[in-house]
Amino acid sequence: MKMQHNKAWFMVLPMLLVVAVSAIIPLMTVVNYSVQDSFGNNEFFWVGTEWFQEILASERFHNALQRTLLFSGLILVIEIPLGISIALAMPRRGIAVSFCLVLMALPLLIPWNVVGTIWQVFGRVDIGLLGRGLSSLGIDYNYTQDVFDAWVTLIVMDVWHWTSLVVLLCYSGLVSIPEVYYQAARIDGASRWSVFRFIQLPKIKRVLLIAVLLRFMDSFMIYTEPFVVTGGGPGNATTFLSIDLVQMAVGQFDLGPAAAMSLIYFLVILLLSWVFYTVMTSLDNDSNSAGRGR
Amino acid sequence: MTRIRQGEGVEMKESISSVVENKLKSERNWLKVAVVTAYIIFLLLPIYWLLNMSFKTNQEILSTFSLWPRDFTLANYATIFTDPSWYSGYINSMIYVLMNTIIALAVALPAAYAFSRYRFLGDKHLFFWLLTNRMAPPAVFVLPFFQLYSAFGLIDTYLAVALAHCLFNVPLAVWILEGFMSGVPREIDETAYIDGYSFPRFFRKIFMPLIASGVGVAAFFCFMFSWVELLIARTLTVTEAKPIAAVMTRTVSASGLDWGVLAAAGILTIIPGALVIYFVRHHIAKGFALGRV
Repeated sequence: MKMQHNKAWFMVLPMLLVVAVSAIIPLMTVVNYSVQDSFGNNEFFWVGTEWFQEILASERFHNALQRTLLFSGLILVIEIPLGISIALAMPRRGIAVSFCLVLMALPLLIPWNVVGTIWQVFGRVDIGLLGRGLSSLGIDYNYTQDVFDAWVTLIVMDVWHWTSLVVLLCYSGLVSIPEVYYQAARIDGASRWSVFRFIQLPKIKRVLLIAVLLRFMDSFMIYTEPFVVTGGGPGNATTFLSIDLVQMAVGQFDLGPAAAMSLIYFLVILLLSWVFYTVMTSLDNDSNSAGRGR
Repeated sequence: MTRIRQGEGVEMKESISSVVENKLKSERNWLKVAVVTAYIIFLLLPIYWLLNMSFKTNQEILSTFSLWPRDFTLANYATIFTDPSWYSGYINSMIYVLMNTIIALAVALPAAYAFSRYRFLGDKHLFFWLLTNRMAPPAVFVLPFFQLYSAFGLIDTYLAVALAHCLFNVPLAVWILEGFMSGVPREIDETAYIDGYSFPRFFRKIFMPLIASGVGVAAFFCFMFSWVELLIARTLTVTEAKPIAAVMTRTVSASGLDWGVLAAAGILTIIPGALVIYFVRHHIAKGFALGRV
């Protein structure tokens, strides 16, 4: 049992100060902007919830939100199963493990705009391997012109960039399963599927939850990579919420609406993450009671 | 339904079933190898293409299409290493990333210890609130950050970027370290106090070595997220502390498109990350499992 000890607050204090500087104060500024209007000269006046109403009713916001949701959905549907399958196929011991881990972690450590640059170059019809290869196969591919191609490029790029995170998380869950479990399953003549369903999946559930949450949040907040590759185009086809937001805040300097949009954006992420968390933890409890069967 | 029995006769039956199993296994093994190999090739192909381009002259990139450089040149790398506006970008990035990692770990260590050892007023709420910071889109913070740091005259300093990156790195570091610390039995703390260790001495001499790999993993993640972030870093810097990633975007838009130099700069940004992974490679998988990441 943990000790009740309110002096522990002193240990948390330095962290709280740092996070306060980098989170609470800026967030308060955003809240402040979101309820005020300005005609320049640093004169602000109260407009209440006007900006929120405007944003919530605007077509532009709805479209960007739908595009972002679609993107995140596709990313989760592709990356999570793919990540699990690759983690299952990974070697468990020997030199091959380090080799695979180092190579797989590589895309994770590339600055995001360089990721964008890599794919921008890779997909170009004139100088890129992918673009050149596809067009020599007779496929009409051009991510700067065609909406579908732009989407495919962005999704393949994100799969390239982030699937390894899912792989690493799942792999770490898998290697922590004691060998005894597999032996027991073998004695029972369990099929490959039931080993996965009743031993491996419950054991990696916790890390999988983290993977889903991280992938959801990060794909929902994606900015740099699509900005570099497509710049939100063609047209507005890949203008996700974050791109739209930065355009509004820095490009047009519409502080009020941008701040209101920021807060709505943040709340959407919080809400959806909470839903994911609740659903997955309740699934966890269900399968524990069902799968135990001892 | 699978029943997991851990009873007698396990070893005997195992040897019989393992013969059958081995046959199945070898069939499955080539599929596994194929999957992993295909995935790794998919990962390396775009990076290879960038590497390939970085050794070509601009003219060759645009005029011919070849899978390897015909006219091998190091001129692109030479451009970067001789031009201060290029190589200072790398130094800037390294400085603020290291500062951020140090700040994040310094404040996260005591906080994680408090979370893992004590119950205190509002601890659960605080922990959850911390995680919500990880969920805040950086785009939301760009403008307020700029205003906050210009009010303190910190714009274009390393400290500004290092502090701003704490927004997502401190919560992550606390989270990882808390997981590792909870894995250390509480009795160790108690025994140390009975033996007359003061808290700072106990923390340094006994506790830190026990969670060393946790600190390594946390440092790795702080490094990684700070190194790859661009939006905030670019907003908070003008010239003095400009990160390499931002130098790159500017060059693309300004001087036409010097693809060769761009590719070389990209390759150079991959190297620090690759080195860091190599050093923590034994801890990555283990770290994920123990820490709560």
